[in-house]
Amino acid sequence: MLNIKNLHAAVEGNAILKGINLNVKAGEVHAIMGPNGSGKSSLASVLAGREAYEVTDGSVEFEGKDLLDMSPEVRAREGVFLAFQYPVEIPGVSNINFLKTAVNEIRAYHGQPPMQAKAFLDMLKSKQKLMEFDANLMNRSLNEGFSGGEKKRNDIFQMAMLEPKLAIMDETDSGLDIDALRVVSAGVNKLRSKDNAFIIITHYQRLLEYIVPDFVHVLYNGRIVKSGTKELALELEEKGYDWLKEDIRLEEPVQ
Amino acid sequence: MSAEQDILQELAGRDYEFGFETDIEMDIAPPGLNEDIIRFISAKKNEPEWLLEWRLKGFQLFQKLAMPTWQNFKLPEVDFQSVSYYAAPKNKVKYESLDEVDPELLRTFEKLGIPLEEQKMLSGVAVDAVFDSVSVATTFKKQLNELGIIFCSFTEAVQEHPELLRKYLGTVVPQSDNIYAALNCAVFSDGSFVYIPKGVRCPMELSTYFRINAKNTGQFERTLIVADEGSYVSYLEGCTAPMRDENQLHAAVVELIAMDNAEIKYSTVQNWYPGDAEGKGGIYNFVTKRGICKGKNSKISWTQVETGSAITWKYPGVILQGDNSIGEFYSVAVTSKRQVADTGTKMVHIGKNTRSRIISKGISAVHGQNTYRGLVKVGPNATNARNFTQCDSLLIGDRCGAHTFPYIESKNNTAMVEHEATTSKIGEDQVFYLNQRGIDSEQAVNMIVNGYAKEVLNQLPMEFAVEAQKLLSITLEGSVG
Repeated sequence: MLNIKNLHAAVEGNAILKGINLNVKAGEVHAIMGPNGSGKSSLASVLAGREAYEVTDGSVEFEGKDLLDMSPEVRAREGVFLAFQYPVEIPGVSNINFLKTAVNEIRAYHGQPPMQAKAFLDMLKSKQKLMEFDANLMNRSLNEGFSGGEKKRNDIFQMAMLEPKLAIMDETDSGLDIDALRVVSAGVNKLRSKDNAFIIITHYQRLLEYIVPDFVHVLYNGRIVKSGTKELALELEEKGYDWLKEDIRLEEPVQ
Repeated sequence: MSAEQDILQELAGRDYEFGFETDIEMDIAPPGLNEDIIRFISAKKNEPEWLLEWRLKGFQLFQKLAMPTWQNFKLPEVDFQSVSYYAAPKNKVKYESLDEVDPELLRTFEKLGIPLEEQKMLSGVAVDAVFDSVSVATTFKKQLNELGIIFCSFTEAVQEHPELLRKYLGTVVPQSDNIYAALNCAVFSDGSFVYIPKGVRCPMELSTYFRINAKNTGQFERTLIVADEGSYVSYLEGCTAPMRDENQLHAAVVELIAMDNAEIKYSTVQNWYPGDAEGKGGIYNFVTKRGICKGKNSKISWTQVETGSAITWKYPGVILQGDNSIGEFYSVAVTSKRQVADTGTKMVHIGKNTRSRIISKGISAVHGQNTYRGLVKVGPNATNARNFTQCDSLLIGDRCGAHTFPYIESKNNTAMVEHEATTSKIGEDQVFYLNQRGIDSEQAVNMIVNGYAKEVLNQLPMEFAVEAQKLLSITLEGSVG
């Protein structure tokens, strides 16, 4: 589904990603971990097409198409979803109208007619139930005055509504209390299928107890320095990142 | 950033959607401003002597008054002698049905999206359409007549209701108020007159579409609305103008009078030609609008959506004379390209327990300059007067400007005056968030702007709110990348 080759990216001339290689297949969940400043969120931003990030080398294929060639909205319509680390507030724009617009834009891109009001409301209700999402938040302005946890849950609810092929979750667990974490994780697990894939970016192993990944990658200094299975996350939790940094320093001259 | 610049360029290059010109034989006064022209206009309209004298007095004041110097923009030189002060469609018969109306004129209305016939049937809006200076179509008159409501062109009111007109004309905006108001007194062409009798609730939104059409014809509308005791009326005003090269002057005067327990709601969507990307052409919209809450418990509410004109210069205000009266001002002003808006309100608290509420939302894009200027004045007898002002500015791009000049004068220490102000920029983060959900930048900006202006748009009657949203979209299309 997603094939990242030798991806290099910079912000204002500073190299942030220095040769990422990653292959994600349908049905897989990949966790990306790493210390602060290692480039985790930058990877999410580059994949979603944030303007400040300049790709300096490498390629990204999504479902056989050149992802880097697409505008952010086209990436979204193709099925790439980013759950934001800090979802923004948009005053005066109702959550429900926003979602309806998003759903219909994506449908239009795929040559489908706009959803009828009733069908949309039915879908909304069933997803609300599935995701245990508070219906009262639906009629409020988009994220305006939402708590940190409510914003994250709203993002995951959008994910349920838009049914992306690839969902990238950028530190969705940060700022969530344990109950919210459980609800969000349960929601994500319900959305998992053989047809979609997840990239979960997190600092902590905690989230991975709830959303069990197929693969764990450690990002350090703009590169994936170690990949493994879910046991790697436990090892990181135990030992921290420092032992990896030392390993890398030893390897550095060889590369 | 470069994408943003590109789209800003594109926005700046957008053509005015309603720019076209109708070819109808005009009956035009020669350019120039003097007593003879005023006599000519008055004679054309078959006016009584007192009105001619009133016009002449306006002209004298116009000659004496100086141009204002306090505004926050460079006042362009207006050559009053090069303007023609009277134009009327030649065929002046009153029509029994739309079939008899010049088809060219009907097509004009259709291009503007206001087919009269459809409006008559579907929307229940009575339309007194002002085409240039003389009204050519009035609908729903019969229904209003039965309730004793007078809704007619100003010219007609002069003939049919001279006593009412004489009683109220110029009582809210004095002839000497400002030089443009004085000019309007001298040469006003036509406009609307509304009288709602005691205890009558007007069953439909009253609406007038203004349109400048003839070349070199200044538009000097006059509107007078009187709501007698316990009555209610909602009045809608909307306008678009055809594209042209030279600047056109528009100096209207609107007066509202609300008696005891009466309420007037006045809504405007203004979309006159704003000029091109270099600031060439465009309408100068210098308007004086004021209402008086004359009676106790009366209410006047102004709502305006200003998206057009090269320069918009207006401060719809309310004089709160009656005890417990309420004044409101809701405004969205958009300036793009090289547009300038210097607008706001005046709330003058005279009676006891008077309340006013001001919600102003400015939006600036490209090189647009937006100024909020407001005065809240509390007189010595206005015990327990209350005012709340919220004044927000939204910036799109980095070459536009927003300015705020709130004035407060209070002579009563029981008064409570609150002022809140914010300035924000449309965030790239907001646009990106919407992009990431499949919504393109253009629509994202629309959503953000409409969300920002929602509090004001909600004040508009339904059909107008839709039109206003469309105008915001047209004006700001693609302003952030």
